[in-house]
Amino acid sequence: MANENNKTIESLDPRISRAQLTGGNHADMEGMTHFQTFEVFHQSKRGTHHKHVGIVHAPNADMALLYAKEQYARREVTANIWVVPSSCISATEYEDDDIFSTTPEKLYRNPASYKVMDRIQEWKEREKSISREV
Amino acid sequence: MDSIAALKELLYKIADDQLIIGHRNSEWTGLGPILEEDIAFSSMAQDKIGQSEHIYNLLHQLGEADADTVAFTRNAPQFHCSQLVELPIGGYDFSLIRHFLFDFAEYLRFEALKTSAYQPLAQVAKKFFGEIKYHTMHANTWVHQLGHGNGESNGKMQESLNYAWNYALGMFEPGPAEDVLITENIFIGETALREQWLEVITPLLEKSNLVIPSQSEWAPIYGGRKGEHTEHLQPLLSEMTEVYTIDPTADW
Repeated sequence: MANENNKTIESLDPRISRAQLTGGNHADMEGMTHFQTFEVFHQSKRGTHHKHVGIVHAPNADMALLYAKEQYARREVTANIWVVPSSCISATEYEDDDIFSTTPEKLYRNPASYKVMDRIQEWKEREKSISREV
Repeated sequence: MDSIAALKELLYKIADDQLIIGHRNSEWTGLGPILEEDIAFSSMAQDKIGQSEHIYNLLHQLGEADADTVAFTRNAPQFHCSQLVELPIGGYDFSLIRHFLFDFAEYLRFEALKTSAYQPLAQVAKKFFGEIKYHTMHANTWVHQLGHGNGESNGKMQESLNYAWNYALGMFEPGPAEDVLITENIFIGETALREQWLEVITPLLEKSNLVIPSQSEWAPIYGGRKGEHTEHLQPLLSEMTEVYTIDPTADW
């Protein structure tokens, strides 16, 4: 099989035949390391949050920005891109994910349960009438 | 030469350069050194072909045949591309050096064309400027990276630069009506463009530890603008037009 793999690939695609590729033999890649990964954050409009959209592999931040633009901003409206080395991220352990479960009897900690909307509305109306008077 | 003929000559060489380098660079699709680079390089190749279509459309408005006919039915002697863009892709070092030399020239050409007296061209130049700017950022980042990589990467880049240099100078082959383009404020002319290009790329190459060949060795390879091409262009055209030749109405 090893000999098979060293044969030059013949393809209907003339580019592939021209490249004189051999299949399957990656001995020359042994000992090579991967580029580091960068987390990519995409901002669609100035002033809005950057949102995590995925990763790119790159040897450094400059190259990571080049690739992030092509991978994640080619078809999106984009104002700005951040890249951050994945190694800079600190994360919780999945095995500790029980720390996120809250007991249901604490609705008072959920902002949706506050009954203040009418008071906020009242305050807004008052603001409006004051500015009108001024 | 009247100004319309001069303008057409200018548009043909711009569009032909873009189409041919776009096709050449697309030969890397699927073969790029890493996935992300494969996508980026292919995407830029598509940008170039898209840009050429817009310029061919300007020519169509001036009475030339439509974009597909112009792109797919001419033979090598009817093309006005510089010989630099038709050379085979070689190794990635050569493709990157050509990308660097070509795209900085294109960036400055379009910067100048943004204020062209020929409004339709000025509008196209403004429209594509962002794309071309990214292409120069990509080229310069790579050249800098490999110029500073190790002895092998620097050596390969230097060798490719030496090989590409006189072809690159050939991009600035003066046309038959430079004076018309300049006095009519259509374009600044090839000589001025070459000066700007040298000013921009010289410090960038220095920062990348690469050396421009000494001036005594400069011998621009002209001819491309007049339809004189290397033996590499016709096979490229035959490959590019394969589908069109079989079925000119094919749509994909």
